[in-house]
Amino acid sequence: MFDLDRWNEIWNALAKNKVRSLLTAFGVFWGIFMLIVMAGAGKGLQNGVTQGTAKFAANSAFFWSEQTGEPYKGFKRGRYWHMDSEDIQYLKDNIPQIEYITPRNFTGRWGGGSNVIRGKKNGSFNVKGDYPDYIKIDPSSVLFGRWINELDIRDKRKVCVIGEKVFESMFNPKENPIGEYLKISGVYYQVVGVIRAETTININGRTEESICLPFTTMLQTYNMGNTVNFMAITAKPGVPVSIIEDRVKELIKKKHIIAPEDLQAFSSVNIEKEFQQMNGLFLGIQILTWIVGIGTLLAGVIGVSNIMLVIIKERTKEIGVQRAIGATPRMIISQIMLESVVLTTVSGYIGLSIGVGLLELVNKVMENSPTTTNDRVFFTNPSVSLTVALSSLLVLVLAGLLAGLIPASRALQIKPIDALREE
Amino acid sequence: MIQIKDLHKSYEMGHNSLHVLKGLHLDIEKGEFVSIMGSSGSGKSTLLNILGILDDYDRGTYYLGGKLIQGLNETKAALTRNEMIGFIFQSFNLISFKNAMENVALPLYYQKISRKKRNQIALEYLDRLGLKEWAHHLPSELSGGQKQRVAIARALISQPQIILADEPTGALDSATSLEVMEILKEINDQGKTVIIVTHEHDIAAMTKKIIKLKDGVIGEVIKNGELQAFKDRVRTE
Repeated sequence: MFDLDRWNEIWNALAKNKVRSLLTAFGVFWGIFMLIVMAGAGKGLQNGVTQGTAKFAANSAFFWSEQTGEPYKGFKRGRYWHMDSEDIQYLKDNIPQIEYITPRNFTGRWGGGSNVIRGKKNGSFNVKGDYPDYIKIDPSSVLFGRWINELDIRDKRKVCVIGEKVFESMFNPKENPIGEYLKISGVYYQVVGVIRAETTININGRTEESICLPFTTMLQTYNMGNTVNFMAITAKPGVPVSIIEDRVKELIKKKHIIAPEDLQAFSSVNIEKEFQQMNGLFLGIQILTWIVGIGTLLAGVIGVSNIMLVIIKERTKEIGVQRAIGATPRMIISQIMLESVVLTTVSGYIGLSIGVGLLELVNKVMENSPTTTNDRVFFTNPSVSLTVALSSLLVLVLAGLLAGLIPASRALQIKPIDALREE
Repeated sequence: MIQIKDLHKSYEMGHNSLHVLKGLHLDIEKGEFVSIMGSSGSGKSTLLNILGILDDYDRGTYYLGGKLIQGLNETKAALTRNEMIGFIFQSFNLISFKNAMENVALPLYYQKISRKKRNQIALEYLDRLGLKEWAHHLPSELSGGQKQRVAIARALISQPQIILADEPTGALDSATSLEVMEILKEINDQGKTVIIVTHEHDIAAMTKKIIKLKDGVIGEVIKNGELQAFKDRVRTE
């Protein structure tokens, strides 16, 4: 396989039709290039999303109340209801598989106007009431100061933890926000911490643009009684959150006299399910990438097959002579197959290299542009794995063999006498 | 060397069947210098193809060096050709991108002899045919006679028992033709069986035996002693 004469022959066969060989090679090049770039882009999207959500508690579910959808036990359809603080303890007592359960209340910044004032600065931000455990479900990193603690909850302290953007718009860049006061909807709160979200998942508005109060403080200052707007739950390790999700709904509906079959009254998001759906989506993207990539590659392969046929046709006489003086059919086949594999592999390898090079370039450019978590595009580290690269190389060799199949069988059909007779 | 009995061959041409060889008998001894003649359509090319195992036959038997040549698959046929037969063609049929030496060495390549060794042997053969200085020239840089000599060297290199030449002088001028015939005669003198197909009487007259084909059978065999008479007869025709 590795003797000089054979390579000499391959080189001559291809060099005789330079332009045609080049164009054909481009077909294969483009096929593999597209495959790599698409696979890399798909991977980048996947990386971006999974990295953005990696720290989020995957075994979590979120609940909120809405108007009832069914009449039940004397109540009519469309009733407003809400969870309350007692429900939290009730669920904790009745569902042992719950790891963390935290209520959360919020006021939107809708309703217009600025709700936050400090000196001459003002802004409009989400205000949320949280428990200390919330940060274990939807993680944020504390940039300065601290997060809400148990004492804040117990004493209903008027303190707040602000998002990074809030800090940027309410304070001067070098200023220390800790210990400063913000006037939120008419009440002063002392800033105790600044946070940045660690994931790209946002619950009730972007964390960066939010101000978090202790839950109990919020109940009191906003006159919320014991209302709970929203609730986050995580399952203990090894327990599917779906089980808890169903159980919570069952218990809460029973407690608040809501029809068990009412699907509207009590809504929830199951992050586990969302993740599964996302993974399904990425699988879909991968499959699509390979279908399109291989389709493009196939077009290139057909091109190779085509030019090989032309080469065979032009070399009919030569092949005839070779067979007359003792070349066996096997030698002829392996020669043509090798030619085809060389053409596809070389051009494909170039496509592979340039594709990978392009991905690396994009990667470099993206690494050099600093971003915060929420500003990050859903696209990180586009790359192809070694497996993808190796399997596409394998696909190439197979494609080359495939492309050589028809020309080789055509060459075999050439009888030496026919070839020699052709003047 | 060659024993052919009752050889039949016909070609399918669409719906018609063309019966070319119709029960041909032929014996050629080792060391003979034979020319096969005949008008076009007499079956001389077909016979040469069968002799060279380039084509199969329908009926009869063909023994080459005591071995029955019948229904060989392509691989076996290729090996037998490589081992036993040297081909010389009218249009030389050299590989255009290989130089003279590589062309000569080609049959040895198929015998899987190492490059160094086969090129060395090829150089020896080229030397014997007076083409040593041309060893590294491409066929396009050689004259017709030189090309044919390269082709002869290629036919000889695998040391076959039989040289089959199809109109070896057909593309050459008369002086070069004579030269080539001289070489073939020398090869014959060294004990090889040489069979040439030609339609030129004076070329045929330089061989030791002329076999004239007519309508798919042997019409006439003119042996060495009668060659002069043949020549005279040709002249008067």
